[in-house]
Amino acid sequence: MKKIEAIIKPFKLDEVKDALNSIGIHGMTITEVKGFGRQKGHVEVYRGTEYEVTFLPKIKLEVVIPDSMIDKVISTIIEKAKTGNIGDGKIFLYSLEDVIRIRTGDKGEAAI
Amino acid sequence: MKRFIVLTVLILTFISGFAFAEEAVNPPAPSSTEQAMPAQSSTALVAAPAAPAPRIDTGDTAWMIVATAFVMLMTLPGLALFYGGLAKRKDTLNTMAMSFVTYCIVSLLWVMYGFSFSFGTDVGGIIGSAEKLFLSGVGVNSINDLAKTIPEYIFVVYQLTFAAITVALASGAYIERMKFSAWVIFSVLWMTLVYVPVAHWVWGGGFLAKLGALDFAGGTVVHINAGVAALIGALVLGKRKEASLKPSNLTLVITGAGLLWFGWFGFNAGSALAANGLAGAAFINTNTAAALAAISWMFTEWVHTKKPTVLGLASGAVAGLVAITPAAGFVNIKGAMVIGILAGIIPYFAVATIKPKLGYDDSLDAFGIHGVGGMLGAILTGIFADPAINEAGKGLLYGNPGQLLTQLIAVVVTIGYSAVVTLIIFMLVKAFVGLRVEKDHEITGLDESQHGEKAYNL
Repeated sequence: MKKIEAIIKPFKLDEVKDALNSIGIHGMTITEVKGFGRQKGHVEVYRGTEYEVTFLPKIKLEVVIPDSMIDKVISTIIEKAKTGNIGDGKIFLYSLEDVIRIRTGDKGEAAI
Repeated sequence: MKRFIVLTVLILTFISGFAFAEEAVNPPAPSSTEQAMPAQSSTALVAAPAAPAPRIDTGDTAWMIVATAFVMLMTLPGLALFYGGLAKRKDTLNTMAMSFVTYCIVSLLWVMYGFSFSFGTDVGGIIGSAEKLFLSGVGVNSINDLAKTIPEYIFVVYQLTFAAITVALASGAYIERMKFSAWVIFSVLWMTLVYVPVAHWVWGGGFLAKLGALDFAGGTVVHINAGVAALIGALVLGKRKEASLKPSNLTLVITGAGLLWFGWFGFNAGSALAANGLAGAAFINTNTAAALAAISWMFTEWVHTKKPTVLGLASGAVAGLVAITPAAGFVNIKGAMVIGILAGIIPYFAVATIKPKLGYDDSLDAFGIHGVGGMLGAILTGIFADPAINEAGKGLLYGNPGQLLTQLIAVVVTIGYSAVVTLIIFMLVKAFVGLRVEKDHEITGLDESQHGEKAYNL
């Protein structure tokens, strides 16, 4: 089993979620985060004062998948989250020790 | 903390002792003799036969009771929301507390001695007498010569609300880094040593009134006074670690601005001290100037930064209200329009270009809007005062260029006095309890460090 963490642009969330649903992924967790990579920050003016806005809003999407679906999920996310501009985000792939369903006690892939 | 309590108790004991001694020596004096006041008075500067004896007018009284409540609303919750919403989330409560506690402190001190020294019988043009300490001599049937048709109690409370908001206004420049204890002591000292004398000079029969300075509802007494204090304090306090504007809740700011506008009708129209045509003129001038200033600020910002902010609308409206304050009962509708339009432009640049250039940290633009707006309004009053609206005021455009000079003198005197004494007060407070919070506390927020509370428990 693997865990995928994807940092994507906030307005891409619905598209990615719908696409993942359509390939059979029905569970995920999202968090509103701030971050930067090469997109860095930019200068904004508010009430006359200039601010360096370093951290930009992003969505972190976490989803746990069976090994068999790794490539499919990654390519789906890339396809839907991509705009071609810097700041599109990144995907991190983690190995997972175990998954347990709280209600039933199921373990392993059955719990995904 | 101990030093703070000791100091407060000392001040209160001193004042109380003085009050009781005064009463023993001086039996309460009768109401002051008639003086024609060019502002905040129902008397016009007209040569007249002996004026009729003061009589309560129920219409005037009803209006002034309401107007007083309107002005109270401007501080609580008007200013509390306006400032509180602009503060960072971690400092919201502390910011609101500054307005709240100040209103309460002034409520106490005003009836103790503030009213007497502001509006008591004039002593040398500088200060009022101590005859009305603890409102001695003021009874249910008393009438003050400055407000001949309403109970003196109402006049006292009305003036109280002005004193309170003036002090609270200065807090806008000090937020997010000032110790709460320091603010409390500052409130006591500033009301006593700055507001009271200036109010006396302009409204209580002091030397600026005798000079003929026109200030209908408080351009000098309230806005320039508070605005300059704001600037001085901001300079003494120094910049915040994080001197950025990150409003915790702009919806509260807009709500506060709306309440301020609403309450300002009591502030300006109520300064006619009567339910009459002059109040009507002040009312319509106030609304017009506020609306035009909001639009003017909006367009200025639109051109300057490409995006008209909602904060800009609110700020523009407030700037307009500030600028029309000294002029409300003196100018006609065209004058109000000009004042409104200019109030959206000049304070805008004071905030958006001059402040960043000079680099002082006036957190919420108390100087930029109240100080600069007040100066603008006071000076424009000297130009646009129309005797057809109020016989007591004739400006440059109506053949009286001397008025402009008088206004300038009043403005300069207020600036000078407020600046110097505010600086002294800050030095005193610094010596007694210190001014700024610890660096860590500033970063984690004043709500936590000063009050042990959170504005939002998310």
